[in-house]
Amino acid sequence: MEMLDDILKAFQLIIQSDQRILEITLRSLFVSGVATFFAILWGIPIALFLGTRNFRGKFVIKSFFNTMIGIPTVALGLILFLIFSKAGPLGLFRLLYSPGAIIIGETILILPIIVSFATTAIESVDPEIMNLAKTLGASEDQALFAVLKEALDGIVVAGIASFNRAIAELGIALIVGGNIAGWTEVLTTAISNETAKGNIELSIALGIILLLLVFGITLASLAINTLRRRRK
Amino acid sequence: MLLTATITTTIIIAGTFIYLRYFAKKRLIISTTTSLDETGLLGEIKKAFEEKCPITLNFIPVGTGIAIEQAKRGEMDLTLVHSPTLEKTFLEQGYGVCRKIIAYNFFTIIGPKEDPAGIGQLNVTEALKRIVEYGRTQTRKVWISRGDNSGTHQKEQNLWKIAGYNYTLLSKETWYEGGGGKMGDTLFKAEEFSAYALSDTGTYLKYFKDNRISLQALITEEKVLLNVYSVIAVNPMRYPDINFNDTITFMRFLISNETQQLIENYGKSDYGRSLFYAAVEPLKQNSPQPIVQWIKDYAYFNESECPQEHRCGQEDLYD
Repeated sequence: MEMLDDILKAFQLIIQSDQRILEITLRSLFVSGVATFFAILWGIPIALFLGTRNFRGKFVIKSFFNTMIGIPTVALGLILFLIFSKAGPLGLFRLLYSPGAIIIGETILILPIIVSFATTAIESVDPEIMNLAKTLGASEDQALFAVLKEALDGIVVAGIASFNRAIAELGIALIVGGNIAGWTEVLTTAISNETAKGNIELSIALGIILLLLVFGITLASLAINTLRRRRK
Repeated sequence: MLLTATITTTIIIAGTFIYLRYFAKKRLIISTTTSLDETGLLGEIKKAFEEKCPITLNFIPVGTGIAIEQAKRGEMDLTLVHSPTLEKTFLEQGYGVCRKIIAYNFFTIIGPKEDPAGIGQLNVTEALKRIVEYGRTQTRKVWISRGDNSGTHQKEQNLWKIAGYNYTLLSKETWYEGGGGKMGDTLFKAEEFSAYALSDTGTYLKYFKDNRISLQALITEEKVLLNVYSVIAVNPMRYPDINFNDTITFMRFLISNETQQLIENYGKSDYGRSLFYAAVEPLKQNSPQPIVQWIKDYAYFNESECPQEHRCGQEDLYD
């Protein structure tokens, strides 16, 4: 049967660690990893602000981030395409069709996930912890850090969910990345393109890797979280 | 904390820019028709070129329509396309320069082995008429079109016109499917629907020999089915920041004897025949006929592959 044959060949490709597969996988991990890094870098301070303070308009900002979680990747891709293209406002940086463009797009895509999840996690931490830390002589930053530590489980989940969304999305990577072999080709765009080219084995191999990465990382993080909780 | 985030981001972005500007290898960004990419030919060309020159080639495979559109916006350094009509406008509007015809092959009308419309042995015009007649008796999809303004799609519209149909009206009929997509996707859809389609020979042969599709090439090698591939640079007067020098280096490489040999021989051992034919030498020697005359009738503008005023001073490309 052709399908079984294709799947067997795909596994062969993976076992031989075909250089192209390795390169695409590493690029995918890098691009989504950096995007997740930036999203956490910006998302956590925003979430801390939203989660520990009360101010007018807080509801609006939280709703904004909640709504943005569902933004279709192709829509975001198209918007960024217009912004990055030469005639667009950021055209002079020549970002279009570069890994940088994908990283920026994915960061914007997953920032709302981090902010929303982390805000909820921080809000569910007992507010007394912050007061307690301050009475014990902690500075403002140290007190926030104590809150963060309590909310860590929720934040890790948010990070994993973001990374998975970033590595699995196609729209942004295709539109602003352009699927250039050896430069902006990532797992999802390569699967789409190689299927159209008829390189089914390669597509299957890349698909298996994508699934393994997503499942593997999720399982590993859940395992770590469970272990940590048990130790407490 | 927001301050830390800002500083970190700035440092990383600045670092990346400095790296890209001063240390990264030179690159050429090239929009290209899908057929050249999907057959794997561009992969071979890339390998051969990068072994010789310290320049990285970045191909973006899209339809000819978008390929030219992106080149017009100055997103590309050059473009590889196959639609003389669109190419002519591209040159005349002053966006494209230094056009060179690099290869040719033929389009082919493919369809199921049983050939329910009975088009085998007919000429293209007759065949299309038969397909329309047959399609109108069916409730299913009988013709799959790329529908993406690609070179192949342009050719298809042209053929319908030659056969005496109004394409806009025709494409709305129920048996006509206008959402094929890339060449490979269109072939897969035609296979699933047991439908007819227009394909470039290169992509069709590759898919057929790889056992991805069982559709037959029913009509081939006729003058109206000629398919000519050209390379065109983006005008450096319009977009001064494109990489014009390296573009010319790559063009010289494309029309060199070695690369032309590579194009002609590509796929021969796997598929038993060439997927693409080299065009530079035949045009110079004016043989084999009548094919050279066909190319000239179809893809020359004012009796030249690139009229003088669009050569941007690169006369040596046209010796």
